[in-house]
Amino acid sequence: MMENLLSTPPNLTNFFILFSMALAFLFVVLGFVTYGILAERKVMGFMQGRYGPNQVGGRWGLLQTVADVLKLLLKEDTIPKAADKPLFILAPIIAFTPAFLVLAVMPFTDAFHFADIGIGLLYYIAISGLTTIGVVTGGWASNNKYSLLGGMRAAAQMISYEIPLVMSVIGVILFTGSLNLMDIVGAQEDVWFIFIQPIGFIIFLIASVAELNRTPFDLPEAESELVAGYHVEYSGFRWAFFMLSEYVYFFAMASLTTVLFLGGWHPVLFLDFIPGAVWFALKFSAIVFLLIWFRVTFPRLRADQLMEFGWKVLLPIALINIFLTAIVKEIFF
Amino acid sequence: MIRTEEMLLNVGPQHPSTHGVFRLVIKIDGEIIKEATPVIGYLHRGTEKLAENLQFTQIIPYTDRMDYLSAMTNNYVLCHAVETMMGIEVPDRAEYLRVIAMELGRIASHLVWWGTYLLDIGAVSPFLYAFREREMIINLLNELSGARLTFNYMRVGGVKWDAPEGWIEKVKDFIPYMRKQLKGYHDLVSGNEIFLNRVVGVGTYTKEDAIKYSLSGANLRCTGVKWDLRKNEPYSIYDRFEFDIPTREEGDAYARYQCRLEEIEQSLNILEQAVEQFPEGPTMAKVPRIIKPPKGEAYVRIESPRGEIGCYIASNGKKEPYRLKFRRPSFYNLQILPKLLKGENMANLIAILGAIDIVLGEVDG
Repeated sequence: MMENLLSTPPNLTNFFILFSMALAFLFVVLGFVTYGILAERKVMGFMQGRYGPNQVGGRWGLLQTVADVLKLLLKEDTIPKAADKPLFILAPIIAFTPAFLVLAVMPFTDAFHFADIGIGLLYYIAISGLTTIGVVTGGWASNNKYSLLGGMRAAAQMISYEIPLVMSVIGVILFTGSLNLMDIVGAQEDVWFIFIQPIGFIIFLIASVAELNRTPFDLPEAESELVAGYHVEYSGFRWAFFMLSEYVYFFAMASLTTVLFLGGWHPVLFLDFIPGAVWFALKFSAIVFLLIWFRVTFPRLRADQLMEFGWKVLLPIALINIFLTAIVKEIFF
Repeated sequence: MIRTEEMLLNVGPQHPSTHGVFRLVIKIDGEIIKEATPVIGYLHRGTEKLAENLQFTQIIPYTDRMDYLSAMTNNYVLCHAVETMMGIEVPDRAEYLRVIAMELGRIASHLVWWGTYLLDIGAVSPFLYAFREREMIINLLNELSGARLTFNYMRVGGVKWDAPEGWIEKVKDFIPYMRKQLKGYHDLVSGNEIFLNRVVGVGTYTKEDAIKYSLSGANLRCTGVKWDLRKNEPYSIYDRFEFDIPTREEGDAYARYQCRLEEIEQSLNILEQAVEQFPEGPTMAKVPRIIKPPKGEAYVRIESPRGEIGCYIASNGKKEPYRLKFRRPSFYNLQILPKLLKGENMANLIAILGAIDIVLGEVDG
């Protein structure tokens, strides 16, 4: 349907349809962010021997995040006097927009996806790299030493982990012969890529945690060192935008992992009477849970160790993985 | 050519990892620290000066507020100093209660250190686990003294009152529980690769440096000096218990970490023996109504969780001290910080400062 719409000449009707679909999807994502944050707090509470939110919205705290967002909306919007005002305002937008853009190519089931473009994976990686600019801009424009350090760390980290991230998926691309995410899922009908590409999966997982700036790679916003890193001067809704982009990436990265390595919507063994959307949601949730688990368990790496690990460990292994994959493919397939 | 510039950065007084109102002015080049100057005094309350106008019993609550994480040892050092001056024999039961309270305090203090140190390093959960156990200790001490942090429990010549019924049994139950949890701590953190990367070889100093800077407590023992006043100069009834002094040779942050966790274990050993031997009897010696130490001076020192805490009293025979001075271990331990920080990066700053284990109430007096 999407393709048909895109090939018709632009007019008010199809603009309206596209707009309302994007809006509907935005609400799906916001719904995830709202309850993803709640889930994170609940799981963390469970692992740390406490309750987590249990006051607002019944005993499960179902409205806690909604209340938090409302509070952020009502907060006074402060811009520091010494800040670079236009950049300061622009930064959260630059950070958030790509986060939402990447979702366009994500196939959730064989029926539910937006843009089925030939270079879907490349698109994802290219667009998600843009967020770094928003983060650095935010850190720089705040005119605060802590946020400057945070922004610099973020840039260094995101650039150096993007490379192993891309390298780790090349194995998948070699097997599929396509950058299209639908094709990649299609190629996993029998065996998921996590079994064919275990090394690639592990590298991808580590690099994606680093891309998401989550523990143990949460250096850009290392609370105990840099107070809050690049968004230390932000408050109210601008701050919420940074947080939002972080959680939308969380959503996107968990989806991408599911698509690339866990077989997307394909069922486990013979259980194909359960619809694909449920399978996707299950695998997706498993990844989300894993990332929350990481956050509860691990301490934080140091900046130089992070760089060393990225360049000296992950990148060579990823390269070896590509090499091995190519040989295996040449010989056995 | 790229022109680089040194940046002057204020870490604190409001910073999540300075554990109070401690300020550190650092000059950094990128993330490398060129120079660090600690600025203290934000929490200075003039305890020593205030004490000159107070009777000895009235000073005890002030000592609670110095090292607020192990107030019992502070209570003890003052009472011990006055008792030494006046030659008071403290009844056995009171001494046992004091030792139990102090060792519980030591465990609670090390637990806070353990939790907050890992929070500094970036792990969130240990903090909550540590505080769960600490809460149990605080509840025990609350039952004993009527306060959670500022106990004001000890008196010159004994303790304020006897332990409530069944309290000793509760302490007995706590010991095996704590042992089990301690094992869990080791499983969760001590072998973690990321944690080891952050602390092994960080903030190293030698035995000579440690002695030169008059460090004490775990900060000294981590370099291999076997010095614990409970063993080397036994005060109170510590000579009746069997326990080891944990030491390490490396002198880095990880050695300090190991020493402190082992000290918790040793404290549990002491507690176990103390509740076993717990005698009957009075909890207060016969002391005059108004405490007037004879003319002269006295200095006593004991082992607090942070190191060697000392109390010097100069008396001119009045009911107030002529001069009172505390040797506050956090203050002395902090002095080595600028030397350790030179050439380190920002992330190590937190790991080094945290490993020293300072309490700002004590640093500033």
